[in-house]
Amino acid sequence: MSTATKDVKREELESVVIRFAGDSGDGMQLTGSQFTSATAMMGNDLATFPDFPAEIRAPAGTTYGVSGFQIHFADHDILTPGDAPDVLVAMNPAALKVNLPTLKKGGLLIVNTDAFTKNNLKKAGYESNPLEDDSLAPYRLLALEITRMTRAAVTEFNLGAKAADRSKNMWTLGLMFWLFGRDRQPTVDWLKKKFAKKPEIAEANIAALNAGHIYGETAELPSTVGVYQVPSADLPPGTYRNIDGNQATAWGLVAGAQLAGLPLFYGSYPITPASSLLHNLAKLKHLGVVTFQAEDEIAAVCAAIGASFGGSVGVTGTSGPGVALKGEAIGLAIATELPLVICDVQRGGPSTGLPTKTEQSDLFQAVYGRNGDAPLVVLAAATPGDCFYMAIEAVRLATKYMTPVMLLTDGYIANGAEPWPIPDVSKLEPFPVKFHEGPSEGFQPFLRRDDGTHARVWVKPGTPGLEHRIGGLEKAADSGNISYDPDNHHAMTKLRAEKVRGVADDVPAASLDQGEAGGELLVVGWGSTYGSIKQAVERVRKGGRKVAHLHLRNIWPLPNGLKELLEGFDQVMVPEMNDGQLARLLRGELLVDAVPFSKIAGQPFRISELVTEIERRLGDAAPRESSPEVRA
Amino acid sequence: MTENPRKLTRKDFASDQEVRWCPGCGDYAILAAIQRTLPKLGATTENTVFVSGIGCSSRFPYYMNTYGFHTIHGRAPTFATGLKITRPELDVWVITGDGDGLSIGGNHLLHVLRRNVNLQIILFNNQIYGLTKGQYSPTSDVGQVSPSTPLGSIDQPVVPVRVALGANAKFVARGYDVSKKLPELLEQAHAFPGAALVEVLQNCPVFNDGVFDLITDRKKGPQHQLWVEHGKPMITADGKKGLRLDPKTMQLELVELGEGGVSEDELFVHDETNRSIAWMLSDLPEVKALGVLYREPDAPVYDDGVRAQVEMAQEKAGGSDLAALLRSGHTWEV
Repeated sequence: MSTATKDVKREELESVVIRFAGDSGDGMQLTGSQFTSATAMMGNDLATFPDFPAEIRAPAGTTYGVSGFQIHFADHDILTPGDAPDVLVAMNPAALKVNLPTLKKGGLLIVNTDAFTKNNLKKAGYESNPLEDDSLAPYRLLALEITRMTRAAVTEFNLGAKAADRSKNMWTLGLMFWLFGRDRQPTVDWLKKKFAKKPEIAEANIAALNAGHIYGETAELPSTVGVYQVPSADLPPGTYRNIDGNQATAWGLVAGAQLAGLPLFYGSYPITPASSLLHNLAKLKHLGVVTFQAEDEIAAVCAAIGASFGGSVGVTGTSGPGVALKGEAIGLAIATELPLVICDVQRGGPSTGLPTKTEQSDLFQAVYGRNGDAPLVVLAAATPGDCFYMAIEAVRLATKYMTPVMLLTDGYIANGAEPWPIPDVSKLEPFPVKFHEGPSEGFQPFLRRDDGTHARVWVKPGTPGLEHRIGGLEKAADSGNISYDPDNHHAMTKLRAEKVRGVADDVPAASLDQGEAGGELLVVGWGSTYGSIKQAVERVRKGGRKVAHLHLRNIWPLPNGLKELLEGFDQVMVPEMNDGQLARLLRGELLVDAVPFSKIAGQPFRISELVTEIERRLGDAAPRESSPEVRA
Repeated sequence: MTENPRKLTRKDFASDQEVRWCPGCGDYAILAAIQRTLPKLGATTENTVFVSGIGCSSRFPYYMNTYGFHTIHGRAPTFATGLKITRPELDVWVITGDGDGLSIGGNHLLHVLRRNVNLQIILFNNQIYGLTKGQYSPTSDVGQVSPSTPLGSIDQPVVPVRVALGANAKFVARGYDVSKKLPELLEQAHAFPGAALVEVLQNCPVFNDGVFDLITDRKKGPQHQLWVEHGKPMITADGKKGLRLDPKTMQLELVELGEGGVSEDELFVHDETNRSIAWMLSDLPEVKALGVLYREPDAPVYDDGVRAQVEMAQEKAGGSDLAALLRSGHTWEV
């Protein structure tokens, strides 16, 4: 059976944003990821945003159980999953209720009418059926009996109603493949592989997929519903794949350990949204990776430190609550000057907060969150693919400076995917670690290397003649023995701070990602806001305004030359998904008038929000602080 | 690793650091026992690592001329696990106390034992917090008067070897600080492939002096010591009493031996591979069972399992590398 799309005349679009929404049990994440794969194959650039509830199966039909997956794809380089969807697929009333406010006026709205029962309407909080009043008039509505048509497509497999209904996401996907001219074959192959042990389920899903596609081909869809194509994007040549942030971090850690010439140990305790880091690394035993699912967050980091003590690259990964628990152990790694990488995939806080929603609110915790004067290196990845390179950088700095390094990502880039040009690993710069092996005469574990890094020597247990003891008690600068001497503690505190500060001389100096120095307004961002800020600044610059964008990857120490750059602008605006943490860090460290622009909604910035705010600040008599409007 | 041509002695395992426990502390005796035992095991200073938590006992690594890691409170088993998994050729010892191992670090003790990581855990039990100046500990008796319990402790104590047995530990032993048999127990713990827990009853002369006098007293102590040995009847150290199983209550009862009492044949014979017997021995009235209470020699060892999985995966992958990983799955050319 051919799955090629029939030759029809398609309307060409530059970019499309589609949002799939349904119950958390409706398979929307799966539908979204299959659509993503098919879209990547078409050569489009894309960005995705999975948005799901914390409950694994929230009560069906409720608004808080709605699971969404947004994909933005285009014929040009794009960086965000898009603001307002052009197309919304709503599998039930609750999904419609939650997502309709974001749909563009005139956007295509596909609903499953079979789910619009009295009961479901009530659960979603609708007093009247929106399909029957004129509330959907501003949209191009395509109301389809998706459940009924799915059942009809799978009758021959005798699955029973419940199992049959599970295929309705595939029916919908088939229709979407038709509308946007995507190839079905990869999804067919994927279904066969996934349900290899239950071929009847695979066949039923394929039948549903094909039925949805055929429906698109043969049904006379309203003239307002066009069929589209989005031409390939003009990306730099190379071999591409899709990658999400956690996958990229995992692979970057492996690459980093290989470049250091050391084994990789990853200790972790499952936590949203960091768990897939553990899953990804657990699959890489064939590359010598040792993973350890510890009994708790503390055990996870301590085991990693134990591995570092033994000469491995010790890594732990978690989210904000886990970092809080690991604080004391991280302090030990600072005091004993052992390499350690901590991956913090941030989520909404405080406490349990919003486990499945994104936030950038662990910056203070990363920079300051330990007892004592306890400096470490803090890095932040900007995009899913960037996680690969920042993980390598984390390993490089940890092993070179004998220090913990915290790598900040967040739920948004950890789960979001983008097409990624696959690097040639043989061209990555190695940074081999050399263990200290002697001479034993006059050896002290806290001897400094004479190369300006202030890093102590790293000795593997098992090395004859260099037996030594380390611990969390303060140690004498010259011998490493326990010392309670007041001047020594002062000197050691300063030494630890200076060692970390010196990292700034080893990383790129501050530079603008976009724009020229000395303009009207500089937007300073960090982490996953990169795409939104870049595009917002691009738009404002098209209007001729002197706006620039600087994106920090080195949070601590801050890069050299930052103060001078910031001082050259009339205004410095810092958009963050927190209550102004980087802005305060910049003010405190650099004495510059950096003004926060906060969004603490568990959702990434929309480009339009940033454009509006930048333009407002460029106008006269602008109030100094505000927040974007957050939808209820 | 290098061959050691010279035979090492106790002195080779002592570091140059001045030992700073209080005069008369039981820790001195344990330190001496371990320093004396290591040469007998053929241990080398470079391949031996002591990992400790926080507390008086946890200062231990500083006094050993081996590799050592004085970590944070309660977490020593986790550091040791990370080290042992990645460096299985090292000989790893965990030093902990009743507060460190059973209060703040209770969770980690449970998990290192159930995983059966190949290391020795020496738990110094003095039934008190020493380093923080004398508060009651999770092993303190009910009624213990301390700065934090001026009217006496109302906490029910834990029995360390019971915690270990409950955690499915595969080697559980008990001794006391000044016992001549302690080095032999340490040897057996060391020989065991897997996590070996040795509880050492230890006197704190400052905050809990004499808490184990009943057992350790030179004259009367032997009446209350019951050193168990696999395949041998259970007899107190003075040879006058023994344990008999009452089949009606399934309890061990202390009985007089000899004239007017029972004969040795009637005594219960220790089977160290029987977890139920170990449990019965763990908390007896009047006598304290000492020696190897439980041993399950053929249990899978955690660090072996970790290595085996890595090797199996490597063999199966046949040299597939990082470059291949990055190109795995769906890729496309632009």
